[in-house]
Amino acid sequence: MAEEKKVGTYICKGCGIGDRVNTAGMATIATRECKSQVTKEHDFLCSAEGVKMIQDDIDNDGVNHIAIVACSRRAKTEAFSFENVAISRGNVREGVIWVRPDTDEASETTQEMAEDYTRMAVHEVSVMTPPTPSGQSEGRKNLLIVGGGISGMTAAIEAARAGYEATIVEKTGALGGSAANLYRRVPESSPFKDPEDSGVAALIAAVDADSKITVHLNSTVTKTSGAPGRFSADITTESGATATENFGAIIQTSGFTEYDANQLPHLGYGKGKNVVTQMELEALAAAADGGVIKTADGKDINSVVFIQCAGQRSDEEGHLPYCSGHCCTTSIKQAMYFKDQNPAIDTTVMFTDLRTPGAGGEDFYRSGQDKGINFTKGVASEVTDNGNGCTVKFRDMILDEDTSTDADLVVLATGMVANAGVDIDVVGQDDPGKWEVSVDSILNLDYRQGKDMPQLRHGFNDSHFICFPYETRRTGIYTAGPTRRPMDIGQAIEDATGAALKAIQAAENAELGRAAHPRSGDLSYPSFRKEGCTQCKRCTVECPFGAIDEDEERYPQFNEGRCRRCGTCMGACPVRVISFDNYSIDTVGNQIKNVDIPEEFDEKPRILVLACENDAYPALDMAAMNGVEYSAFARIIPIRCLGSTNLIWVTDALNSGYDGIILMGCQKGENYQCHFVKGSEIAQDRMSKVDDTLQSLSLEPERVETYEIAITDIERAPQLINDMAATIEKIGMSPFKF
Amino acid sequence: MSDMNTAMVEKYRNSFLSEVEANVEEGEWVKMCMQCGVCSGSCPFGPYWDHPPQELFMMIRAGKREAVLSSESMWMCTSCYNCIARCPRGLPITHIMHGLAHYAKRLGLAPKNQQTMKFASIFWDNLTKKGRVNELQLGLKLYFMNGFVEGIKTALCMKEMGMSMLMTKRMSPMEYFGGHSIKDTKGLHAILKKAREIEEAKAKQF
Repeated sequence: MAEEKKVGTYICKGCGIGDRVNTAGMATIATRECKSQVTKEHDFLCSAEGVKMIQDDIDNDGVNHIAIVACSRRAKTEAFSFENVAISRGNVREGVIWVRPDTDEASETTQEMAEDYTRMAVHEVSVMTPPTPSGQSEGRKNLLIVGGGISGMTAAIEAARAGYEATIVEKTGALGGSAANLYRRVPESSPFKDPEDSGVAALIAAVDADSKITVHLNSTVTKTSGAPGRFSADITTESGATATENFGAIIQTSGFTEYDANQLPHLGYGKGKNVVTQMELEALAAAADGGVIKTADGKDINSVVFIQCAGQRSDEEGHLPYCSGHCCTTSIKQAMYFKDQNPAIDTTVMFTDLRTPGAGGEDFYRSGQDKGINFTKGVASEVTDNGNGCTVKFRDMILDEDTSTDADLVVLATGMVANAGVDIDVVGQDDPGKWEVSVDSILNLDYRQGKDMPQLRHGFNDSHFICFPYETRRTGIYTAGPTRRPMDIGQAIEDATGAALKAIQAAENAELGRAAHPRSGDLSYPSFRKEGCTQCKRCTVECPFGAIDEDEERYPQFNEGRCRRCGTCMGACPVRVISFDNYSIDTVGNQIKNVDIPEEFDEKPRILVLACENDAYPALDMAAMNGVEYSAFARIIPIRCLGSTNLIWVTDALNSGYDGIILMGCQKGENYQCHFVKGSEIAQDRMSKVDDTLQSLSLEPERVETYEIAITDIERAPQLINDMAATIEKIGMSPFKF
Repeated sequence: MSDMNTAMVEKYRNSFLSEVEANVEEGEWVKMCMQCGVCSGSCPFGPYWDHPPQELFMMIRAGKREAVLSSESMWMCTSCYNCIARCPRGLPITHIMHGLAHYAKRLGLAPKNQQTMKFASIFWDNLTKKGRVNELQLGLKLYFMNGFVEGIKTALCMKEMGMSMLMTKRMSPMEYFGGHSIKDTKGLHAILKKAREIEEAKAKQF
């Protein structure tokens, strides 16, 4: 920046801050100690008048670095959002006066707290730069949709309706996907009594008629590179002709494959024509087209047994451990194919837990019962050929007995297996410069971390199912439909609509250089000092979003559009060359270093708390709102993700005399709650090495603790701080005070 | 086995559910049960039933004709209506239980010495004789339902109450000999006869 740096400190006296702490003293510290050029106090800083005072200083006085010492950075964000300046927030409301008792004994330590937060805010902002967009985006906003089934077509139509162009790449020779093979679908409208037309033909017609939608049939995506706003994709036809096109965002709707029933020999599959899967029955029903349904070898069917959960919801090797969600209603629908044609045909649905999700699910179930479909709670153990048909041996769960029934046809409700491409945890990426197309891959990403979308559980391309189910771990690439999780047509349509909107949002954000969820709107992006880089690859490996590639010289190559601004790369870098304009080793390091550390004999320890801004920091804010008190010795620094914690902060803090350090991140592992998926896990791995540092300094290991904090831990988080204060009292002060 | 039972077996063979739907009062509801078990859990006599309602419905669907119709279970129903009030599917369970009991009796499959059934017969005969319940006769029949010795024992047990009722004129010993009746007994008998004819004609249709 060409402009000269000018720091302004604004201290609020509202919300009781002025009554509880000496703001004049804080102002003096800001000016004398921290060299703030402009320092002002105000009775009500977030009022129109207070905000105007700051804006006037920006406009007329050249103030471009602003430290606001008032409430938590989570409060009054709209009032305190100034353009083109760097901003830091000193939290003396939630962080000081609300967590300390209003007593004479406490007033001294409370004042010290407020003064430290003032120092931290001014020193933080003084090493920040106002973030500006990188300008990497090419501003493209058209969507690439990979897969032309119900989800893909829905996404394309929704995007076109919103005014965005879409290109569908479909592997087969026709649009429609799995749903095109259905004779009828489960009804989507009241009275939910009879199977309905699948609607695929109408959807295909709508796609064909839309001038904003381009369709490539018999084509696959053989290479995808770039980032939101500037994706480039090679679309290769069956004959081998390749065209490269550019896109703003991508939606993967690659659907599912029916579970391979050959793995269920005990249920008689593969031995004759009278055991079929649900999809095979759809073909038989479609062939009959409302007439008499016959087996594939032309035999009459007078009785049908539907076996639910065939090879699903099972712990057995090779079976699917999950529920595919649609099969119960699908079996009811298929039993109706028979009952509607001839009520005398016996149809039995053998279930363990009948689940009919969706608004009309229960009505549809009732309609099935009304039509005379028999529902038996039982587990089929064996299906054998009896010459005339099949004998199904099963355990009746209600009557608690082993029994059997005969059937002319047995239908197995096998589940959905995601078409998720290659598992990037198993299949590594090609070496730089040695790109090869994989036929198993859906997207053929040239990303350093692998050719396809990461899989979360059971091979599905899911993302954070609790906090932001629509997001994925590849910014600007969204998955929708059964490749994301098992779902029926109704859910897939909803899912695809959501994905289309998210993709549009990602492309629009990319043009402005703004981050996607969870730091939506953030303009900062990581950059690195090439001279210092040792090519250790930790950043490219650890980035939870695959945002960093390696160039030919094996230096990291940042794709800011793909970045979610968590800072995990910054925390990983052993030589500390990665930084953001407004978040760096120095912005946090400067705060740590400038806290006033009293002499050992003052008996005033200092506890550094590095708290994740998504969960732990709000938990502490809420604790403050609820009047929970904690130790006056704690100094809390919000960080973007625990994954951005660089070991140097811990080492520096220990060296400069902090008595204890608490790291607060999110839950990791299987049921992770980290907004950046892997950040807290990576950080905790990294912190396991802290013990070496402690040993080399001859410090007790209890001085550094790492915790998993949920946003609801409003009692626990302050308690952990108090526990650390108690621990220090027991083990004594740090000897490293100067 | 009664003739009617033989006819029904012949007619429905494998589909006991259809038989129940056609012949049992409210029987067409049985297929709508979704096996949640709320009825069985709600029944105050639940623990004493061999097969609680939910299980009976499943047995009907599984074609367990003999086991259902010769069961004591549906005779245990006291018509408290807890199950009807709670059934999420709105099945008239109490009515189905009585329907099943009645059907079993008609077919001659009800357990021979079923106490509820026995008392119900006594009650019916007592009531239809004169159009009014003769409480003294009914009480004595109930006492001696299971033999002379048990009857004497029960009577001795209830001696004091009987005496008190006599003293306060709540019970007249003269009632034992005839008792009073409605105005038109013959008319009542004609109505019941006609009703029986209709019912039997209906049963023959199936």
